[in-house]
Amino acid sequence: MASHSEEPSTILEEIKALKAQKIDIDARISALESQLRDTSIAKQLPCNGSCPSISTVDSNLSNNRLPSDAIYRYSRHLLLPSFGVQGQSNLLKSSMLVVGAGGLGSPALLYLAACGVGRIGIVDHDVVELNNMHRQVIHTEAYIGKSKVESAAAACRSINSTIEVIEYREALRTSNALEIFSKYDLIIDATDNVPSRYMINDCCVVLKKPLVSGAALGLEGQLTVYNYKGGPCYRCLFPAPPPMTACQRCADSGVLGVVPGVIGTLQALEAIKIASDVGEPLSGRMLIFDALSGRIRVVKIRGQSPQCEACGEKSAFTPEKFRDFDYEKFTQFSLSTLNLISEDSRISCKEYNEKISNGEAHVLIDVRPAHHFDIISLPNSLNIPLSSLDSRLSEVSAALKEEEARKGVTGACIYTVCRRGNDSQRAVDLLHKHGFNSARTL
Amino acid sequence: MQLTLEFGGGLELLCNSVKVHKVNVDLTDGEENLTMKRLLSWVRTNLIKERPEMFMKGDTVRPGVLVLVNDCDWELSGQLDTTLEEKDVIVFISTLHGG
Ligand SMILES: [Zn+2]
Repeated sequence: MASHSEEPSTILEEIKALKAQKIDIDARISALESQLRDTSIAKQLPCNGSCPSISTVDSNLSNNRLPSDAIYRYSRHLLLPSFGVQGQSNLLKSSMLVVGAGGLGSPALLYLAACGVGRIGIVDHDVVELNNMHRQVIHTEAYIGKSKVESAAAACRSINSTIEVIEYREALRTSNALEIFSKYDLIIDATDNVPSRYMINDCCVVLKKPLVSGAALGLEGQLTVYNYKGGPCYRCLFPAPPPMTACQRCADSGVLGVVPGVIGTLQALEAIKIASDVGEPLSGRMLIFDALSGRIRVVKIRGQSPQCEACGEKSAFTPEKFRDFDYEKFTQFSLSTLNLISEDSRISCKEYNEKISNGEAHVLIDVRPAHHFDIISLPNSLNIPLSSLDSRLSEVSAALKEEEARKGVTGACIYTVCRRGNDSQRAVDLLHKHGFNSARTL
Repeated sequence: MQLTLEFGGGLELLCNSVKVHKVNVDLTDGEENLTMKRLLSWVRTNLIKERPEMFMKGDTVRPGVLVLVNDCDWELSGQLDTTLEEKDVIVFISTLHGG
């Protein structure tokens, strides 16, 4: 903005003078830069041994027959003394399967494609959704509603057209896992649920493939490598599945997008280390990341267990047993919607709406966690989270009595509601067991 | 005996969302040292405020909980029989599955 105290002609003159100075300064910078370049090249030339000079790289390259476009593309990898041509050459020949193109798979795939993994397979049956894009950073808005695998594969190919990307737009099942896994050197578990984790582990054990396993939820993450050179497998560590109520998912519990980003990126790192045969993979150790306190701790975990059901001495895990194993039953975790209660214990939203219009006496219990209820809730609903319903049944009785007194009737019904329709079924089941026979789920 | 107890992976929700607890656990009469078995029952009585079944099953931790004594899996130090020493750090962490 022009200052009021100065004439336009004065300002124009000053601009002219400054521009002239700028040209001089730029010329000087450019001269100094070229001087610097000449000096550093001169310094590098006499270097041999530990220094990765251009000539030694060249001789290694010809031995490993790295094409010239690869030399240029991965030059910064080749310059790393501890990685070098051998590491890159191994990577280009490697194949990896990423199961899950979500919060963990997204960053992992971006790096694996960029660094030149020869063949990348991607398995996922889901579609890209806007409310996942805060963490599933490989997908763009243009792909909302389309297959995650299609989207992730397109992104990988646009990052690196020299690698092979194979799409599996299907859910991983015991019927297809063996065939898919057998085509890859190592597997990356980037899934979000317990049955898939056991299934992937067991399939890796049967086929003797290393497994890079990552998980993230809320503000925490975990990472380890299973089934690697005699190390433990997932079942060695967790022989029995956790109770269903302990299995929170990002879709229900929330997750800070960058947290799976950190873990997924570390999964790519571990996979790159294994495939290039560089460094010490995180086998027999687990990395635990706490984003809030900014702490990463690496702990020592148990070794391979002789009693392990999957990889132990008396292991009965054959391809046949794997194909017949029911992972949803084993973990009591349904990958589809729960079907716990009978049809007459359910009520549609339309029916419920009619009951409201008719002024029918009822109590609506929202069984979601309190902080979900705070975000949005139905009018006149009572929030009793499923986890505390058992100890708060007296509140249910009191609410029923109050409603009956207000409407001057008896026999008010209980309706339950939640986010996905699973917890509300569990609530109805629990209420029925405690004699609240009128309870139905929305 | 002064110990640092840490809860993670969601287990902190069972103790008022506090992750780190600096605690003092005394030996009872006739006890020569403090074992993990005793510490677990102490934790259950003194720190777990809700849903104890989310922390323990029988006299040990429920499936899916890793116990670390000084950054080392308790399987390597004798599980419930692990004896604790002054200033030990014990971590209880629930395995995560999300992604
Ligand atoms: Zn095992």
